[in-house]
Amino acid sequence: MTLVGPELATRVLERALGRGGDMAELYAEARRGFGISLDDGRVERPQSGRELGACVRVVQGESTYYGHVDGLAEEDLLRVAGSVSEAVRGEAARPAALRAMEGGARHAVTSPPEDIEAARKADLLRACDERARAAGAEVVQARIGYAESHRQIEVFGSDGRAARDDRTRLRLSAQVVARRNGRVETGSDTRGGHAGWELLEEEPEEVADRAARRALTLLDAVDAPTGRLPVVVGNGFGGVLLHEAVGHGLEADAVQKGASVYAGRLGEEVAPAFVTAYDDGSRAGAWGSEGVDDEGTPTRRTTIIEEGRLTSYLYDLLTAGRDSVDSTGNGRRESFRHLPVPRMTNTFFAPGDATPDDLIGGVERGLYAVSFGGGQVEPATGDFVFGVSEGYLIEGGRVTAPVRGATLVGNGLEALRAIDGIADDLEIATGYCGKGGQTVPAGVGQPHVRIRELTVGGTAS
Amino acid sequence: MSLENAARRAVEAALAAGASDADAWAEESTSRRVRVYDGEVESLSDAGGRGIGVRAFAGARTGYAYGTDLSEEGIGEIAAAAREAAEVADEDEHAGLPGEAGTSQVNGLASAEFGDWSTERVVELALEVDRAARAPEGVTQVENSVYSDTRGSAALVNSRGFAASYSATQAWAYSSAFAGEGADLMTGLGVGMGRDPGRLDAEAIGTEAAERALALVGARQPESRRCPVVLDAFVAASFIGFIGSMLSADAVQRGRSLFAGREGDEVADPVLRLADDGTEPEGPSSAPFDGEGTPTGRTGLLEDGRLLGFLYDCRTARKDGRSTTGNASRGSYRTPPSVGTTNLVVDPGTDDLAALAAAAGDGLYVTDVAGLHSGVNPVSGTFSVGASGRLIEGGELGTPVRELTIASDLVSMLKAVRSVGSEARWVPFGGSVRTAPLLVAEMAVSGS
Repeated sequence: MTLVGPELATRVLERALGRGGDMAELYAEARRGFGISLDDGRVERPQSGRELGACVRVVQGESTYYGHVDGLAEEDLLRVAGSVSEAVRGEAARPAALRAMEGGARHAVTSPPEDIEAARKADLLRACDERARAAGAEVVQARIGYAESHRQIEVFGSDGRAARDDRTRLRLSAQVVARRNGRVETGSDTRGGHAGWELLEEEPEEVADRAARRALTLLDAVDAPTGRLPVVVGNGFGGVLLHEAVGHGLEADAVQKGASVYAGRLGEEVAPAFVTAYDDGSRAGAWGSEGVDDEGTPTRRTTIIEEGRLTSYLYDLLTAGRDSVDSTGNGRRESFRHLPVPRMTNTFFAPGDATPDDLIGGVERGLYAVSFGGGQVEPATGDFVFGVSEGYLIEGGRVTAPVRGATLVGNGLEALRAIDGIADDLEIATGYCGKGGQTVPAGVGQPHVRIRELTVGGTAS
Repeated sequence: MSLENAARRAVEAALAAGASDADAWAEESTSRRVRVYDGEVESLSDAGGRGIGVRAFAGARTGYAYGTDLSEEGIGEIAAAAREAAEVADEDEHAGLPGEAGTSQVNGLASAEFGDWSTERVVELALEVDRAARAPEGVTQVENSVYSDTRGSAALVNSRGFAASYSATQAWAYSSAFAGEGADLMTGLGVGMGRDPGRLDAEAIGTEAAERALALVGARQPESRRCPVVLDAFVAASFIGFIGSMLSADAVQRGRSLFAGREGDEVADPVLRLADDGTEPEGPSSAPFDGEGTPTGRTGLLEDGRLLGFLYDCRTARKDGRSTTGNASRGSYRTPPSVGTTNLVVDPGTDDLAALAAAAGDGLYVTDVAGLHSGVNPVSGTFSVGASGRLIEGGELGTPVRELTIASDLVSMLKAVRSVGSEARWVPFGGSVRTAPLLVAEMAVSGS
């Protein structure tokens, strides 16, 4: 389906440059979604949505002027272009002729979720609920969520850019509560990807099972230790540490504003030589993957740390222009209601050659942080804090008691330097990343990673 | 088509598609946003949006659909999709429209002066915030200064004859300043909000950002200790917002709240009085009716140290045999109504910040917390969150500190509140909250 097409796009761009500008762009989008959840044993909140809209932006010097509108009616697009152009002060400019459309089906979906009957999705939730409850008598609550989204986009730039993308994402999540006497604990798990229903064909109920086991395990949790300890961070969602403490600081907007502790450090040794890390928006089927980014740049694998050296920042078109480099395909937006900004896609440490057991075996007393409830970082300093949602004590080289209430507090640069082991079990999990009021799907991942020492804040006094 | 007409058409279409009952929420808004960086306009936007969300009931089943196409045909498709979605839901005997709908009188939701503010004038206001943030000596940079506003209308119509609409305006500005350098770069945030740009004090917002950053310069990790803690208004609002979400009857009924089964219990110190009030003239979340057409009102939550009750929409109220408190909230037309807070209001006390610090003696003044939502266990209430701020030494604000966590559990913290400050303000954190700083008798502070 064509949303706008080159002919109308050209007229919109001409109108947008009516009073000048270095660059004009039209971004059009059709979004469809369906979601349903199960809570307290009941399937509820089935909901579907359809949105059409477009954003026009004009860049002049260091200023960006933009407007967005619901719907893709010709008169609305031209009106928005006209109103955006009024903020610009200069001579009318002409857009370059649009090139042939780039992009399309780089991440093929074999089974479009829209073709699957809603009743089957409801049944999947019931099966997950059953599985969670079967995990143990102490499971008292399960909340299962299913969401699918389909976004078609078209981007046209006055520099001749013309691209489209078609993105299908699907995500199944489970949150399970277990109770023993007065003690209540929660466990969660997700499965998702840039994929269709095929992602859920094999053992989808495993998501509920894993969430339930986490909750049950935590019932036996002891208070978390405090102090400076060695920490082994789990694979998959453990990568949120890299995402928050390093990745955000490599986004070029933060770097160029001096708001990143990684500014001016390209080429510097920031980690031991066995550490390599990527941002890869082209990884097949991964949650944060796209064919082209939201400016029409093809996604790709960018090496951000190569053998311990900082090798690249993450760029969109504007920030790339300032540094005279090419965009790395990281110009992403939540929707047509937002401007593109440099954002991570799937960010992960490359696997090493140790096994998780090797890493744990080398720790006399420490923390095994399997999963985080979330985290936050101050990009200017790299200071971070993470809540550990599933963690264990490591004693004498063995994983022992589960702990609750642990937080990791530290600094990205210090943590990178303190990495002293990387395992071989890379896994990418499904995160949602917020920045500047925009939330986008971001793949976070890593193999097991060991950090020599981090501050663990706990509940034990 | 007017919003109310669009909503009426959607309800008719849902009934025609076989729904036993339906409601439709239509909204329309225009918004502006100015972002300033390095003393110049970095981006400027002027945008409009319109959409509708339809809730269709098929007996005891509920479905929802939304969309941006408000043409006759588009509305018909959305209504039909809502009716179709209802097919796959399980029955819920408590679902359904309100028995009695209505509106409250809330004054001042839309400012008459809002229209006097041209885009040029709000750009000037944003630049002024930025200048004020950069002015003080020691500020190394301003990350950005942002002004944004919105003027919108919403209409709700249901198949039992309710039809109403309202308009509201809101303006915000904030600035984020840096002080210090390199690994010791500290951030400070200044914020202001009001019904129109004229209520924003640009100078004060910029200065606040600068002062908050400057106060942290040279911050180090403190030694672990247990001590009195003063939460500033930003941090207090984050905690209050979290507590408000735990007082939702939905969270309680689903066993996801530490307050489940504690109605009437002593859960706080009597100095802390908290209410949810959807009729506060200055409250950003105020409205004449809630997301399903119940008049908004004031609901006392904490008084005399006791938990008075929970926040309800119609469904959760029927389940508990209570009346709705008018807390069916709609994030936008894209989400169906669900229980949520409106404006959380903490009654101010008489102590200014200096008096709170003096009462604390030796302790910690927290100006920022990170990871609150991931750091709190909603069911047990235990939390451990990253924080920064200043030590309180001999009753006065002293050494800046960072890389620490504060830990307690929410009820212990509420019971340990010793004093509510006098300097109450609206803070856009934790939803929409008006609070002053809080003095808490003791918390575990963990550092080195």
